[in-house]
Amino acid sequence: MTFEVAGIRAKADGPLKLAVPRGALFGETLDILDAAGVDTSGARGDSRSLIFETDGMTLVTMRPSDVPTYVEAGAADVGITGKDVLLEQADRAVYELLDLGYGRCRMVLAGRKGDARLGEAQRRLGMMRIATKYPRIAERHFESTGRQIEMIEVKGSVELAPLIGLGDGIVDLVATGRTLEENDLEVREEILECTARFVANRVAHKLRATEVDELTAKLRAASGG
Amino acid sequence: MIHPIPPGTRDVLPDEMRELRRLNRALIEVFEARGYGEVATPAIEYDEVLARGDGPATAGAYRFFDESGDLLALRSDMTVPIARLVSSRYAEAEMPLRLCYLASSYRAVRPQRGQMREFVQAGVELIGAPAPGGTVEVIEVLEAALDAAGLDRAVIGLGDSDLYRQLLTEFGVEGEARDSILARLASHDLVGLEQELREVEGISDEQCATCVALSQLRGGREVLEQARSMLGGAVARATARLQATYDALEERGVVDRVQIDLGLLLDLGYYSGAILEVYDPALGHILGGGGRYDELMKRFGIDQPAAGFALYLERVHVAQMEEESRRERAPS
Repeated sequence: MTFEVAGIRAKADGPLKLAVPRGALFGETLDILDAAGVDTSGARGDSRSLIFETDGMTLVTMRPSDVPTYVEAGAADVGITGKDVLLEQADRAVYELLDLGYGRCRMVLAGRKGDARLGEAQRRLGMMRIATKYPRIAERHFESTGRQIEMIEVKGSVELAPLIGLGDGIVDLVATGRTLEENDLEVREEILECTARFVANRVAHKLRATEVDELTAKLRAASGG
Repeated sequence: MIHPIPPGTRDVLPDEMRELRRLNRALIEVFEARGYGEVATPAIEYDEVLARGDGPATAGAYRFFDESGDLLALRSDMTVPIARLVSSRYAEAEMPLRLCYLASSYRAVRPQRGQMREFVQAGVELIGAPAPGGTVEVIEVLEAALDAAGLDRAVIGLGDSDLYRQLLTEFGVEGEARDSILARLASHDLVGLEQELREVEGISDEQCATCVALSQLRGGREVLEQARSMLGGAVARATARLQATYDALEERGVVDRVQIDLGLLLDLGYYSGAILEVYDPALGHILGGGGRYDELMKRFGIDQPAAGFALYLERVHVAQMEEESRRERAPS
């Protein structure tokens, strides 16, 4: 039987493990890795595998929101994920080494088009009901602007909430704005801008310094930074 | 029937206890053999005494009133209680003073993270021995402790806690900007660090670049050479301090597993000068840390330089187990 202390999991030696986000960031992440000289052909196929060996590196694919978890525990040495994920999980101790520049999107407060509910709720009830998948980012935003909200945390399509009366507005990530448009919503406030970031485990950053620094330099060059 | 215990605490059953006991004994033997006498202090102290340690990590997380209305706190580390003990019991004693401990401390946890509220540390405090000699002795004891635990691949990071504080003063960065830059450095958020630096008025591009580049300098002696080519008297002074420690370690033949790390910054408020962090390749988390706290003793009324380290016992045990199974997999 193994036991766990403080969520520690063992980190095996061998090739450097890179956590790669599936989903919206997947394609551009593989492109930038290619440009940085990492062979990603394995991960590009239709394979259902989650782990791909390349020359001197192991690519581990996962949900973007799992990347900080794996990297903090050292199960992956380095990883790529969105700034939105890092902010939402700000208590995960990972080193943020590089802004990769792609995957640009905005975290916004949105409400129904031409609907005064957000303002009215604030004026008459002293608080807005906000549906979001990003409770910590939303909480920080409203706290820092001195407003009180009632947080409604949802997991799926958050656009749905204000349409059928769950909440006065939403805090969500917007890339093109099409989803908002199609659901008759509009941006009311911009909260912050997010891009993909390169992160490292604290111990890997110290003990595999050369490999981590080399990959950072290559990614920096590939992202034009 | 299950009766829960608070999250972040745990029971230890005989199989684990046997191994922990063996590890404990090995560590205390190393400390005792080098003249460090074991001490115990109460887990609860007056809040006002612990608060002298300063810094967010040493303030007691669990505080309560006793029956006569005094505010008590559970200790959050052993360095501050030992500083208190030395000032009350050994104020007139001949220095240096060598003390060691094996004790539980208590810290607040972030919810749902499986972090421990109660954890055991094994460590030493060397009071009255200045840098670099005192630092070198502490590192030697730490190396012997890691050897005794069977962690022959473990690495000790050696940094300087005054480097950035002094450098930012030199660059004229004060107030809120300074605090948030130091916080970015401590959490190693390089993207945020660059943003914060660029927002500071009157700081040059070269000064920005120096701060960022310094935080990435880690390795052997060559790191000191690289640092020397950088801006700032603070860098030159920190490099000289690190060089003196590193040279002395080399002379004693214990430099192999020491990694100079100019990016090291601990969040405990009382450190000054050399700081240490301990890693093992088998574990993604930090095994322990320490450093010099030359100013802390003054807050307790004696002016003595001091240094020490603490290892998280449970983490060392996990690393020990991982290293064992690794050796079994790949017999050399």
